[in-house]
Parts: sequence; C-alpha cells; structure tokens
Amino acid sequence: MLIRTNAVIPTSEITDEKQYVRRREFIRLIGSAAVVAGSVPLLQACSGENVSADFAGTDGPPVPAGQTPLMNVKPKVVTIDEPLNKFEEITGYNNFYEFGTGKSDPQRNAGRLTTSPWKVKIDGLCNKPADYQLEDLIRPHQLEERVYRMRCVEAWSMVIPWVGIPLAEILKRAEPTSKATFVAFTTLLRPGEMFGQNDGVLDWPYVEGLRMDEAMQPLTILAVGLYGKTLMNQNGAPLRLVVPWKYGFKGIKSIVRIQFVDRMPPTSWNRSNPGEYGFYSNVNPEVDHPRWSQATERRIGEFRRRPTLMFNGYGDQVASMYAGMDLRKNY
Amino acid sequence: MTPRFARPIVFALALVPFLWLLIRAYTGRLSVNPIEDITLTTGIWTLRFLVVTLAITPVRRITGWNRLIQYRRMLGLFAFFYAVLHVSTYVILDLFFAWDLILKDIVKRPFITAGMVAFVSMIPLAVTSTKGWIRRLGRRWQVLHRLVYVSGIAAAIHYLWKVKVPIGSPVYYAAVVAILLLFRVGWMLHTRRRRTAMPAAS
Repeated sequence: MLIRTNAVIPTSEITDEKQYVRRREFIRLIGSAAVVAGSVPLLQACSGENVSADFAGTDGPPVPAGQTPLMNVKPKVVTIDEPLNKFEEITGYNNFYEFGTGKSDPQRNAGRLTTSPWKVKIDGLCNKPADYQLEDLIRPHQLEERVYRMRCVEAWSMVIPWVGIPLAEILKRAEPTSKATFVAFTTLLRPGEMFGQNDGVLDWPYVEGLRMDEAMQPLTILAVGLYGKTLMNQNGAPLRLVVPWKYGFKGIKSIVRIQFVDRMPPTSWNRSNPGEYGFYSNVNPEVDHPRWSQATERRIGEFRRRPTLMFNGYGDQVASMYAGMDLRKNY
Repeated sequence: MTPRFARPIVFALALVPFLWLLIRAYTGRLSVNPIEDITLTTGIWTLRFLVVTLAITPVRRITGWNRLIQYRRMLGLFAFFYAVLHVSTYVILDLFFAWDLILKDIVKRPFITAGMVAFVSMIPLAVTSTKGWIRRLGRRWQVLHRLVYVSGIAAAIHYLWKVKVPIGSPVYYAAVVAILLLFRVGWMLHTRRRRTAMPAAS
C-alpha cells in the first residue's frame, strides 16, 4: 500500500470511471438511476460548478442522474495496487437492509430516498456541538480520493475508489472533550422512504460506533462519493463512514448524527446477534465467523477465492491500536 | 389431462429452474457474484422439491387424490438433482476442491453440517429409487425412505442457520416442513388410536 503525502499528481489524473465502465452499460444505468434525480443539488455548493445531471437519453457526458461530479478532489491520497471493481459492481451489489435484504434490492429501492437537503447533528461530549447542513460540514475540507479494499463479513470483497474526508478533521472541528472516548453514529430513520425500516430485521435506526483512536485514525474517512462523483443512494448517500480495516457493516450509511460518548455505544449487528458480531469487527482471517470461515474471500469479479489479509491489509497502520488485546474475545 | 401426458409435463416443468439458471448464466444475467447466485438458486430449488415431495402423502390423505403418488419418486429425484448441483457448486465453483477447507467447514460449521446431513441422507434414497431396489428391499424400503424426513428437517435448518437474520423465507420453509411432518405424527396417532379402539368395539 502507498500513502502519498504530496499532491504530486495533477487533478486530471483522478480515477475516471470512463476507463472502467463501457459507455453503453452506463447509459443503461442512467435509465434506472433517473429516479434519483431529486438528489442532484447535494454537493454542488462544494463542487464549485453547476452540473446538470439530466443526461438520460441524450449525448451528454455519461453522468448518471443523481450523481454530481466532485471537483477539486486530491487524487489517490491512499491507494493500492489492485484493480478497481467496476462501477456497476459497486452500485449493484450492496447490503443496505433499509432498502431490502437482497443484494440487488438497494439498487432497485434506494432511489426514492431524498438526500437533499441533508442535516447532520454533531453533539455529545464536545465543546462545539452543531447542526450542519451537509454542504457546510464538508465545504471547509479537502476532498480526497481513497482507494480501499472493502471486505464484507460475508466473505466477499471489492476495491472501491472512495472520495471523502478524514473523519478526524470533522471530529476535531467539534472539539471533543477529554471525556469523549467513543464516537457513535446514527443512520437516517425515515420508514416512508426506507421501507426496510418497517420490518424488524434490525432495530432501526442503524447505529454504529468507533473507539476514539479508531475514529481519529487517518485511514478512517467520511465518504461523500466514489469514482469521482457523489455517492449513489445504495452506497449510503449522501454521507457514510468507511473504515477499511473493519468488516463492511461498520461503514454506517446515510449518517444523520455523530455523537461523542464516554462508553462503548451499541451497534446494530451486535445488538441483533452478539455471538456473531462484536463491537470491533476488525477483518481477521484467523477469527472465524461462527457460521463460516473468514480465512478466504471472493473478490467480486474473480473466480478463485483469495486469502483474507489481517486487518484487511492495513495492519501496518492500525495493528498497534489493538496491541495486547485478545482479538478472539474482542471480535 | 391423462397421466400419460402429465408425467412428461411435470418432468419438463421440474427442469425449468435449471434451464433458466443456464440461460441467466449464458446471457450474463446473473449478479456480479454469480457463484452465490447459482448456490442460492440450486439450494432453494432443492428445498422446494423436498417440500413438494413431502407434501404428496398429506395431500393424498386429505383430498383422496391418490394418483399423486405416481409423481413422488420423480419429484424426490429432482430434489436430489438440485442438491447435487448445489453441493457441486460449493465444492467446485466456490471452494475449487479445497478438501481441507471443505472438511473443516463440514465439521466446524453447524450450518454446513446440517446441509451435508440433508444431502447425504438423500443419497441412499436416490440409489434405492429403482423398481429393482423397491422389490429387493420390500417392507424395509418404506423404513429406509423415512430418511427423507431427516433430509427435510436438516435442509430447513441449513437454510435457517445460513441467513444473518432468521426472518422471512427461511422461517416460512421451516414452518411448512414442520407442518408436513406434524401431519404425519397426527396421522400416526390417529390410526393407532383407531387400531387400538377397534378390538374393544368388536
């Protein structure tokens, strides 16, 4: 893995999905994405340019409706030497139970979610709690492209070119007090648009949490886009957490609240099945899920399984945070 | 409809899920995780055919439509057919003959153990489904073929344990299997009571 500290690469080199997605397939996607056109204005404030996303059926640039190109993104701040998953893989195969439990349900059903305007409450043990409009929360920060592995607890994985900002930068703005030892996150609760919330699959809203040092770790980001454009709803628009050394379900989607707390906050999957899902949920090939092995994974698009890496390959940066901890107990 | 036409039609219908899977695979209509698609499709059809096979006797008893018995063997063999595809997908496509991993899975993971129990108990049933074996085994054939209850229970448990949250479809299938088996228990108690009651009446 590579961490580049200087922006030696021109912005024009930012990963463009045109290289990965054939135009014809893309046009097909536009059709299905046209329904989410309502969420267009989302990040125009920080993109510095008004881009019409209504290209369905025209010869305009291949931007799916609902996705605005993100401007001034610092390219490949963190990247890996592995091929990226295709746009349609990343947006067509998701776990987002608010929109159904099937892998293709979110793509089909997430379109009805309105993501603009979007407010995020930051509160709890901090000196500057505030309610932000999403644009005001993001605008002061440099957007960065982060190419991360994403390892699902179900033993499949992808490589995703996220666009986001380090969570630490946002948290520091709120000035957490010394009592704040954990950070709790909450997803939007809106059963009218997230019909899965009418079922008792999980206790809604979805909640997640990180220890303070995990939240401040430079790899931890709040993502607002992927492939250089704003997130599609099925990927957790407009704002989601990405913690690349943890199983995917830690990456809480469509966040409306970030709260500083002084004890380990409840997390949705742990509450649902504590024997199978712990608070930490670090990717660990040696600690199996009770029902299946975590030793290998299927990278979407590949035929043979590949070995799963300790901490999903990010051990150099994160292993020290867990020194002395029994990772079998703290799964 | 005469049974002469009905049998080939049932046979062809039972092949439809398999052919549809082939078409989806050939035309690229599977998801981006095709091995998972194939595993789920063949698995659910195994369970569906098991349920239909288990339903034959109760439906006959309730409706008196005895001709249904002619289809039981074929439907049971189709359950086995989809089970073979399901297990082959796991062994070949998913783990690519990594026998060490497969054995570890079977021993360590209750959900795979249950699936294997369901599959293995179907093997003697498929083998002894021929006329020759039925004749040779006589009454013991009936007893042996009660293994299908084990298979049905294990398959329903396999599905229940497979999902992250046991709601919806796995629960419905488990409930249907339970009802079909409870019907047999009820029937057995009912006929036994009748049999014991009869001498007193005479």
